[in-house]
Amino acid sequence: MDLYAALIQPFIEFGFMRRALVACLALSLGCGPVGVLLVLRRMSLVGDALSHAVLPGAAIGFMIAGLSLVVMSLGGFIAGIAVAVLSGFVARVTPQREDASFAAFYLISLALGVLIVSTRGSNVDLMHVLFGTILAVDDASLLLVVSIATLTLVVLAVIGRGLIVECFDPGFLRAVGGPGAALHFAFLVLVVMNLVAGFHALGTLMAVGLMMLPAVAARFWASQIATLAVTSSAIAFASGYTGLLLSYHASLPSGPAIILVAGGVYIVSVVAGPRGSLWARFLPRRHLEA
Amino acid sequence: MGDGVAAMTAVISLNDVTLGYDRHPAVHHLTGSFVAGSLTAVVGPNGAGKSTLLKGLIGTLAPLDGRLERNGLRQRDIAYLPQQAEIDRSFPISVMETVLLGHWRTIGLFRPVTRALRRQAEEALVAVGLDGFGRRPIASLSAGQFQRVLFARMLLQDCPVILLDEPFTAIDARTTVDLLAVVTRWHGEQRTVIAVLHDLDQVRENFPEALLISREPIAWGPTAEVLRAEHLFKARQMAEAWDDRAEICRRSIA
Repeated sequence: MDLYAALIQPFIEFGFMRRALVACLALSLGCGPVGVLLVLRRMSLVGDALSHAVLPGAAIGFMIAGLSLVVMSLGGFIAGIAVAVLSGFVARVTPQREDASFAAFYLISLALGVLIVSTRGSNVDLMHVLFGTILAVDDASLLLVVSIATLTLVVLAVIGRGLIVECFDPGFLRAVGGPGAALHFAFLVLVVMNLVAGFHALGTLMAVGLMMLPAVAARFWASQIATLAVTSSAIAFASGYTGLLLSYHASLPSGPAIILVAGGVYIVSVVAGPRGSLWARFLPRRHLEA
Repeated sequence: MGDGVAAMTAVISLNDVTLGYDRHPAVHHLTGSFVAGSLTAVVGPNGAGKSTLLKGLIGTLAPLDGRLERNGLRQRDIAYLPQQAEIDRSFPISVMETVLLGHWRTIGLFRPVTRALRRQAEEALVAVGLDGFGRRPIASLSAGQFQRVLFARMLLQDCPVILLDEPFTAIDARTTVDLLAVVTRWHGEQRTVIAVLHDLDQVRENFPEALLISREPIAWGPTAEVLRAEHLFKARQMAEAWDDRAEICRRSIA
């Protein structure tokens, strides 16, 4: 098998592979910067919580309308936002911290989702919602994923400064009268939106993988927010491309293949990235003069 | 309304103000005012309610009792340097970007940073002794250098009222001298500066006014008057303890 057959031909030959690749590109563009901001806000696990929270909404959508893109997405979006709002509300009016209330609400939401899916649907449906099917992405799903990526980038461009300040020095933003709570909420909406985009392709369990793994890996390569975001998107897309090829040639499920490749990139970054990696720590270069 | 001149020039006035947490007072029945253009040091032992007082002054903590009036001051007219800023110092942001935030009133969320604004930020960096540090990431700064950055940001904020909570704690002597010069400059520009401090010699040398509290207010006025031995002795006597079964305070009712 030559290089062309290995790396390019599958995408030329099969429409579903091309679609999957475009979906990966769109997901990467949206998830890259969002993931970086999540990491910087020390909310890495909140992304995980929200991805699980999306499940009951998608399941209810599935019950109402079957495998309908619009209804399931809407359901997932509403469920994710509900968990984010409830957690934020409890964190603001009680002494409980936000991560703790997130944990409580997403667990309730996840259990509810599994309950709904397992009483009303077959196991195959459950597998679909949990693990997604990027190789079965149709035009409508693709349009949704691409729209979400576009909207995400536009919103980030508009409120980026606010998000960064709210994350870097929330006390300052409060003191100068900036809309801290509104920015925080807008950001959570972006996270949920991108997770909804991801769950069609990768499933609720894997969606957060394409958001977090490239973002945490990027920290070993870049040191400014802009370069972190670009690196993160690039890693996500490279993982998508490699994962798709892997799943095509080795007949592996595509979602886990993509996330595992991203996981591999993360491990390589921890070991050998230029900034703060194990390599930089244990094989330091000689110190400078000043 | 009654006492003419003092009431007119008071930037912040407190009338029998009690501030605290869970109904337990941390600042108990404080009355007085910060006059426009005054430079006041707030001193007292640990747990005396100094930081609590500043939180009350900027309005993040509502008084449990009494009236606190910020005569026409808006939130954004007050620059506040907290004791322990909730700042993540490993955040990937440069010194220049941090200082430019001081222009928030001008640039807000959406407006561009013009060349003139950037030049002002560079001047502010020079004023705090960090010329040429603009491109450095804040993660590479020492605690003292970072405090200089925060002062540069406050220079740009250009606020009539500036509150500093222990600005020189854990800061070396040279940085302290440089930053005290900035405080003096603010005083010269007729801004009202209120700083929580521990070093009494520093207060005597640089601050014309002082407020000594130890939960209860002890003295407020010209520094030499306030920092007299009997006042300081009294401040040390005050208990720091918080009594879970404290009775309801009757002073304001009577």
